[in-house]
Amino acid sequence: MQFEYAIEDGNFTKAGDASSSFKKILKQLNVDPQIIKRIVVSMYEGEVNIVAHANGGKVICNVDTSRVNIKLIDKGPGIPDIAKAMQAGYSTASAKVREMGFGAGMGLQNIKNNSDELNIKSEVGVGTTLEIIVNLPKAG
Amino acid sequence: MNICPTEAIRVRNGKAILYENRCVDCGECFKACPVSAISIDQDDFNRIQAFKHRIALVPAVFFGQFPEEVTHNQIYTAILANGFTHIYEVETSVDLLEQEIKAYLKAHPEKKPLISSFCPAIIRLVQVKFPALTENIMLLKPPLDITALYCRKELTDKGINPAEIGVFYITPCAAKIAAIKSPVGEDYSMITGVINMDTLYNKVYKFIRTDRSINPVVIPKKPLSKTAWQWALTHGEASHVPGRCLAIDEIHNVIEFLEKIENDEIGDINFLELRACDESCAGGVLLSANRFLVAERLRSYAPVPKDEITENDSIFAYTDYLLRRISIRPINSRSMMKLDENMEEAMRKMDKASQMLQCLPLTDCGACGSPNCQAFANDIALGEADIRQCIFIQKNREQTGELTPDESLEMMKSIWGNDKFFKNRK
Repeated sequence: MQFEYAIEDGNFTKAGDASSSFKKILKQLNVDPQIIKRIVVSMYEGEVNIVAHANGGKVICNVDTSRVNIKLIDKGPGIPDIAKAMQAGYSTASAKVREMGFGAGMGLQNIKNNSDELNIKSEVGVGTTLEIIVNLPKAG
Repeated sequence: MNICPTEAIRVRNGKAILYENRCVDCGECFKACPVSAISIDQDDFNRIQAFKHRIALVPAVFFGQFPEEVTHNQIYTAILANGFTHIYEVETSVDLLEQEIKAYLKAHPEKKPLISSFCPAIIRLVQVKFPALTENIMLLKPPLDITALYCRKELTDKGINPAEIGVFYITPCAAKIAAIKSPVGEDYSMITGVINMDTLYNKVYKFIRTDRSINPVVIPKKPLSKTAWQWALTHGEASHVPGRCLAIDEIHNVIEFLEKIENDEIGDINFLELRACDESCAGGVLLSANRFLVAERLRSYAPVPKDEITENDSIFAYTDYLLRRISIRPINSRSMMKLDENMEEAMRKMDKASQMLQCLPLTDCGACGSPNCQAFANDIALGEADIRQCIFIQKNREQTGELTPDESLEMMKSIWGNDKFFKNRK
């Protein structure tokens, strides 16, 4: 099954709505609560990234009985050096923003820690696609 | 039907029916029903007479219901005159619990944000609607259960036969009744029976108003601290817990907030005091007085300074005994959201529900007997409703000849009962 959500650029009041809607669906599908939590935490992190940095975009979620695949597609500035961006603590945010404690530099790490697979495709000036995969155990 | 925060109510055959696995006993429907069709089961008041020693466990909010000129000693006198032999305030155990919560927070940093176990409706809400957060619930008994343990122990130590003790809780809400009749996280309850607060309020107030001849007894009492008097009010717990704490009352507010907690949107919170009722227990459905007034009265009660409470005549003499028994078992989740146990089957049902939803008017009028179009679509997918219950679908099908007017009238009668359709024909 596929679900698609549009993400508005710069609209922080709605950041998290897509994650909440998808969470409701996963609960209806009887996915284990702890797995739902991991999925939603990583999706929310990606969703907020798109709102904050990437001129908006969309999320396409695919669910089958073995896995959940979430593609977060944006038309943002792109990531010049993905390996560097994946390092814990690396951030393009200014020192001032970091001091504010929004967790700058931990976003991608947080997604990686909560997912089974994370693929990033990015082209500077064109956009970034994050593919988050979480496996679902057989039972249930 | 629309008022229910977990969409547990449907209308069939002219009556409201309840999906019990979804109900969290919050009492919203009881507050909303204009004809008082919903009643809250309690134990027969005469049942207390089956015990030689009859303890009334009275929460602080009970005292807050009476006008300022009624003294607490008058209230004690009236409770005893109505057949009880002992009175314990539920909040007697609060000072002990307060210390224990602080220790628990230190010992379980991984459980942040810790969700208080105080309100049984909230525990049930987390179980059915936020299953991933059951791990965050603080596994300590609420004050009621600790005090129940304490009063039984104290009386037994005085040589009273435990079988002759009946502990009756004067409840401000339905959720506490459910918590006693089918406890979560405990094998059995220490409480013998439940008396609805409005029942005792009427008896006590009648006594005070009519029986002025009897001099009020003065009970050698272990006075409640200020913390204890205010524990059941909003901020009662949160204001005593260190670190970042939030106090949220009213069940819809709690749901809105837990959605955010579940997404991990808000970090770094130590403790959440969550209560199902507006103004917490002062807003309990079985209270008679205005909730704001009750809260104001409890805040005004002058406390006895802490150093005047001696260790010997207080609950702290039983600290070791009570702390050994203060834990409750981990709380299970019991998600109500799932369409089916089997994920493949759940996906089929979800497909069906979304197809159904596309045919529905999205007016959320409730005429079909389900609270809104989405819930109705799910009910159809679950095989619990028929799409022809929708009044818009009926109009369409009457036009195309698929449904006769008689058939659609029968359909509506099967939901709302015969009576609704004869009102204007007389």
